[in-house]
Amino acid sequence: MSAVVNSKARPWSLSSLWRNAFVRRLLRAPAAAVALAVLVLLVLSAVFAPWLAQTNPYDLASLDLLDSHLPPAFVAGGDPRYVLGTDSQGADLASLILYGLRSSLLVGVCAVSLSVTLGTIAGLASGYLGRWVDGVIMRIADIQFTFPAMLLALLIGGISQSLMSNAMRATLAMPIVILALGISHWPHFARLVRGAVLVERQKDYVAAARLVGRGPIFIMGMQLLPNVLNPIFVLATLDIAFAIMSEATLSFLGFGMPSTQPSLGTLIRIGYGYLFSGEWWVVIFPGLTLVLILVSINIFGDWLRDMLDPRLR
Amino acid sequence: MLAFLLNRLFHALLVVFVVSVLAFILGDVVGDPVASILGLDATPADRLALRTRLHLDEPAVLRYLYYVQNLLHGDLGVSYAAQRPVSALLAERIPATVELAAVALTLSLAIGVPLGVYAAVKRRQMLANALMTLSVLGVSLPTFVVGILLIFCFSLRLGWLPSFGRGEVVTIGFWTTGFLTASGLKSLIMPALSLAIGQIALVARLSRAEMLNVLKSDYIRFARARGLKNRAVYFSHALRNTLIPIITVSGIQLGYLVAFAVVVEQVFQWPGMGLLFLQALGQTDLPVISAFLMVAALFFVGINLVVDLLYAVADPRLRIKTLSARS
Repeated sequence: MSAVVNSKARPWSLSSLWRNAFVRRLLRAPAAAVALAVLVLLVLSAVFAPWLAQTNPYDLASLDLLDSHLPPAFVAGGDPRYVLGTDSQGADLASLILYGLRSSLLVGVCAVSLSVTLGTIAGLASGYLGRWVDGVIMRIADIQFTFPAMLLALLIGGISQSLMSNAMRATLAMPIVILALGISHWPHFARLVRGAVLVERQKDYVAAARLVGRGPIFIMGMQLLPNVLNPIFVLATLDIAFAIMSEATLSFLGFGMPSTQPSLGTLIRIGYGYLFSGEWWVVIFPGLTLVLILVSINIFGDWLRDMLDPRLR
Repeated sequence: MLAFLLNRLFHALLVVFVVSVLAFILGDVVGDPVASILGLDATPADRLALRTRLHLDEPAVLRYLYYVQNLLHGDLGVSYAAQRPVSALLAERIPATVELAAVALTLSLAIGVPLGVYAAVKRRQMLANALMTLSVLGVSLPTFVVGILLIFCFSLRLGWLPSFGRGEVVTIGFWTTGFLTASGLKSLIMPALSLAIGQIALVARLSRAEMLNVLKSDYIRFARARGLKNRAVYFSHALRNTLIPIITVSGIQLGYLVAFAVVVEQVFQWPGMGLLFLQALGQTDLPVISAFLMVAALFFVGINLVVDLLYAVADPRLRIKTLSARS
């Protein structure tokens, strides 16, 4: 019981916003509300893709080559069974996009989780322990900051895939993409968390915890971490857009998700080859889906940032 | 001041050292140069001779030193795929990438800064807010999607612009330029635009934020109190201080442009360094990959050094801030 009272008394602005004003403020910003609605819709359709999609594009037995290269249903020559048309194998493009969205979101969320975890641990250690730990971690982060994150992800993903045999590449592609994206972006979180920890560690509650004999691990994990969650949350939201965009870029260049498990970027890469023979739909529709999800994450993330932490502007 | 510069110089050398070790490991330890140069049916004696000539029988630290020595002499090894010196391959490709990035940088500053300043000055007007909402779209558009949409509209539908390549180029000394021919300029439009769109949006958002910050400061209020006209306040007082961070950020912008040029070069089959790197990745052409790594590191370290110097020269307050933030 006391724990419940305690958690309510804690001035954690994310939960208090949610209880008091989150919905009200969201309705006052129509662009953000629409973005959130689109986002929820896209995430739900990605999660339930196996039930929503009318065909399973990976089930080769269900594909009919006679249905291949069909334009969208609303264009002359289209087939009403395939709303967005079909690809060169005769797979339903709408189903492909749903499954591709699923891969894109999965990789994006996993990559951000990885960079949040790495960055938070590094930032906590760097900010609280200080001295040489801080020096080493921040120097590594600095070295990484010399390169644009996208290029770094391409270097890690591309070089490791290029050193592998084709069979290895097919099985390891997804973990490699997640690793490449996660590693390329952890310094952003490390810097953010370190800055917040440097402020928090001055406060009395940290001194009190130290006085009663709490170790550094406990103080970092149980006391500092909950107090630096807000900025992490905001950056993570915006970072998912970065991760999805980088994943799509890597896949478009051929060093991301393989064609056996295509993401939106892979679909665009494959479709791009058919653009010049007039089959615009196989590349334009996945591209628009990608833009739609990135725009809605960015609009919602910007709004969330202004709401939770105006200092981050 | 001196301590700051020495710190940055040390950092630059550290980055170059770390990347050179990585590039060395990649080219030397992972690949087997003897097999790739001589092929599989070489005699053992030939192999041994080549091993000695390439110093392969010596310890790794010494081999690294030889590698650095070659690097300093501009010798980046021989491409497996093209069977030509990597430095020659790079020299051929550099002009295309530099021209593309330079045009995109010019576009992003020439369009982004005025848009941002306008949005800051007229921040209560509909058009200014619409521009800022539009900038979110600009930031969210992946480079390759922009390129594909442009090709779809202007090459396939309208047939106005070529969809790939650099067009005709003119060779001046070691440099090839597409600026001097009509087809070269026409080929440049879409790649430069798809590279620039995201950056235009970023520059516009940055200039708006900086301008808003400056407009809040005391000396602007004082200038208004003196009865200066809006135009004088905005252009001779506010804009000048807004430009300092924008100039330094444009250095970082250039870095991003070069990174994303890899993507644009793939979309438009633009014969630059990025395309060379992607082809090398596809063929596991290790000398080219490790050379690209090295050149990219030198390039980014150089940009960062120049940006740090500009910071230090342009605004003494920033110099003190950077110092205290780092210590």
